[in-house]
Parts: sequence; C-alpha cells; structure tokens
Amino acid sequence: MSRVRIQTQDFDLSQEVAELRAQDQRVGAVCTFVGTVRDRNDGLSVSTLELEHYPGMTESSIEAMIDEAFRRFDIYAARVIHRVGPLQPLDQIVLVAVTSAHRGESFQACEFLMDYLKTQAPFWKKEQTPEGAARWVDARVSDDAALARWGIKAGNA
Amino acid sequence: MTYTVRFFASIREAVGVGSESVPSQATTVGQLRDELVARGGAWAESLARGRAVRASVNQVMASEDTPLPTGAEVAFFPPVTGG
Repeated sequence: MSRVRIQTQDFDLSQEVAELRAQDQRVGAVCTFVGTVRDRNDGLSVSTLELEHYPGMTESSIEAMIDEAFRRFDIYAARVIHRVGPLQPLDQIVLVAVTSAHRGESFQACEFLMDYLKTQAPFWKKEQTPEGAARWVDARVSDDAALARWGIKAGNA
Repeated sequence: MTYTVRFFASIREAVGVGSESVPSQATTVGQLRDELVARGGAWAESLARGRAVRASVNQVMASEDTPLPTGAEVAFFPPVTGG
C-alpha cells in the first residue's frame, strides 16, 4: 500500500489503521489524526468546501515529509490520505496515521506531519456559503508558527 | 528558453489559464514572475510584488532566486491551505 493517497472518495479509519499495523508485532502505538469539514470558518457559514491540488507535486511533497518524519522519529509506518474535490460539512478531509513501539514517537510524528502538510503541501481550499458566495481560504500565520516549533521555517502565509 | 508555467487556485482563476508554454529570458523564478507581471491586466494584479505568491520549480517549493533549469516546469500559486 502506498504511503500517500490523494483521492475524491472517503476513507475508513479502522481499515487504514488495520492495514498500517498488519503483521507488525513491533507496534505498540498507533496515532491518527482526522481533519473534517467545519460548517463555519472565519465567521461565515460554509456549505461546500472545494479542494484543489497540484497532481504529482502534492504526492511527492508529502512523500518527502514522511521521509523527514522517519529521520526524526523512531516510527515503523506512516500513511497520509487527503481528499480533493467538493466536500460538505462533516466530511473527512485528511488522515495521518503513524505506528511506533511507544506512544511518544507516534504522537510527535503525527503532529509533525500535519504541521508540515498544512504549510508545505500544495492544496487550496475554496469555500462556498449557503447563499452561493465563494471565497478562497486564507493561509494562517499560526500554521507557520506550528511548523516553526519543529525548527522548520515555513514562510507560507 | 521555453518554460511550462502552471497556475493554481485564485491565481489560475484570475489569469484564466492553468498551464502554458512561455518563451522567456528569465533564469530565476523572480525574473519569470516579472515577465508575467509585465503582461499587465490580471497578470500584473495577481502576481504583483507585495502579494503573497508562492512558486515551485519542477514540482519542488522554490523561492524568488531559485534558478530555472532548461525546460523547467514552474508553478505560481497562493499560500497553501490544505489539511
């Protein structure tokens, strides 16, 4: 199974975790993060969230982030799934899952991968309100600050 | 030199094109951006200096002074907002 998947369809957390730790008796910890679509952002209602990406670069940039996670943390496996296309509130957007022997490494690697992805993977969100108004989501300085905690300068927002 | 230049998200919408071949004298990302700005109109506006524009060269994040290899694929896009 590839470590990175960009897809329009939904994913099943249980199935992904089962695959990730299958047959690996070294694993004592699995940490997962699931990002979902909120019904509000920056004070406006959101009815549809459309995600655009850069086919090829999106996958390779996340692969490079996973390589970096393996260099930094003692982990056994990692998987990132990110959905694209139109999504609605309550939909799942992103999954990061990591396995390791002990919880600390999994927790850290999972957060590291999310912080990295938020500011360095080419995805763009466009929101639509129930009234039909559309706007591109602005990048957040707080996401750059989150990556800076890992000693990486983001400079995205 | 000719580069493949791609645009994404709000910049793609503004200039009305996703990808094009661009004959160019530029040797860096910043110079190529300047050439596109010189087209005026939506190009000048969406790629203007002072606007938050990010770029990649051959599908790796780049900065203004990143050199352009022969036939490079260069992309311009707004700050990323995935996750």
